[in-house]
Amino acid sequence: MNYVLDIMGPLLEGTGVTVQVFLITLVISVPFGLCLALLRISRFKVLSGLVNGYIWLMRGTPLMLQMLFIYFALPFVPVIGIRLPDFPAAIVAFVLNYAAYFAEIFRAGIQSIDRGQYEGARVLGMSYTQTMRRIVLPQVVKRILPPMSNETITLVKDTSLIYVLAMNDLLRAARGIVQRDFTTTPFVVAAAFYLLMTLVLTLGFQHLEKKYAVYDE
Amino acid sequence: MIDARDVHKRFGSLEVLKGVSLTMAKGEVLAIIGPSGSGKSTFLRCLNHLETINSGCIDIEGETLVSTVSNGICHYAPDADLRRICGKMGMVFQHFNLFPHLTVLQNIIEAPMTVKGLRREDILPRAEALLRKVGLLDKRDSYPARLSGGQKQRVAIARALAMEPDIMLFDEPTSALDPELTGEVLRAMRELAEEHMTMLVVTHEMAFAREVASRVVFMDGGEILEARPAKDLFASPEHPRTRAFLENML
Ligand SMILES: Nc1ncnc2c1ncn2[C@@H]1O[C@H](COP(=O)(O)OP(=O)(O)O)[C@@H](O)[C@H]1O
Ligand SMILES: [Mg+2]
Repeated sequence: MNYVLDIMGPLLEGTGVTVQVFLITLVISVPFGLCLALLRISRFKVLSGLVNGYIWLMRGTPLMLQMLFIYFALPFVPVIGIRLPDFPAAIVAFVLNYAAYFAEIFRAGIQSIDRGQYEGARVLGMSYTQTMRRIVLPQVVKRILPPMSNETITLVKDTSLIYVLAMNDLLRAARGIVQRDFTTTPFVVAAAFYLLMTLVLTLGFQHLEKKYAVYDE
Repeated sequence: MIDARDVHKRFGSLEVLKGVSLTMAKGEVLAIIGPSGSGKSTFLRCLNHLETINSGCIDIEGETLVSTVSNGICHYAPDADLRRICGKMGMVFQHFNLFPHLTVLQNIIEAPMTVKGLRREDILPRAEALLRKVGLLDKRDSYPARLSGGQKQRVAIARALAMEPDIMLFDEPTSALDPELTGEVLRAMRELAEEHMTMLVVTHEMAFAREVASRVVFMDGGEILEARPAKDLFASPEHPRTRAFLENML
């Protein structure tokens, strides 16, 4: 027990990094993903096609590869060449990647809303923006809660990939101690931390689902 | 009120409206009857721009929604005018199209608030009066999924009326309802007619058409075959296809 307390310091620090990457990614990639989804379903064919290609690229290559590319290769790309420190590089990669997944969830959700909802709003004089904001998107939220819950839980665990940029997230911190002390206890503690974080998310999403259960469709 | 001239509408190569002309005076109640697939819904949807027409002219209350010049190209009014003109018409759909995430009351006040910018407390008395009128004031805080089909349709009528339209379009408002629930919806519509609302009603309810409508329009194959006072059309249909249709309905 004393040993667990001893290693708590570095593990908590690692958890801090993990939580930061998680929260910043979530806060940026959800609205970004929504924008992508709206462009994807818009009638501007070129934009829609570009977004489609973007989503294919982001979902079709490993997140770790994207992160390595942004950190190591981006500085050498002509014109946009920019050297990012490790933390911003990780955030950019996570945001770009997760926005693509969120975009697909939003798109499927938006397209699952019946045409009649748009027409019902239209004949009441509502504009496209008003219809989206007041009628369609609120209903989409209810429908996408389960896949969003999945994706955010995956994000918690995906944050461990930032070790490739030599950042000390929870898992890398644990591994460091394991290698130093020749004991697997830090892994167990790290697992408990991950479980705790995903538990909070699970409960949060369950709460939202209950809130949205006040109406049936 | 409504003046449609030579309206043509195609879906791909399928010509659904083959030159439909119809005029309607203020306060008139018109019923459109006809076999399914004859273009009744499409015509209604062209009037409020849910569909765009291929040629023809439509005026609403003296304002041009769409016109076609001699070269056959049709011109719609600019967007802002379109919205204003279409805003004069309310519409009730076969499948209600209520907003499931909003309560009955919220369904009714949503558009007055977002479109007209009214404050909640300003629209509330009117919304409640409308709900009382359709007999659903006690359901004001229920969600649509908890209502019967007849109740849903009455909410849809109240919702449309909350925007204070001059014209109401109904597209088979009772066709999705169990027979025992059609009466309550038809009653609400009848009351509306008695208040001299201008109404265009696509319906299979022949009794309603006969008793409430001032004129009945028979459509078949994308054309209006006859449009006459209700009692004349039912008593002595002129067109053989009207006669065949009416015989089938009885
Ligand atoms: N969006 C559409 N795309 C293609 N065809 C359509 C569409 N809407 C209606 N139609 C066709 O147009 C014809 C007339 O339909 P409709 O106006 O709904 O008839 P009604 O309301 O008299 O039953 C039908 O053959 C129908 O299949
Ligand atoms: Mg129809």
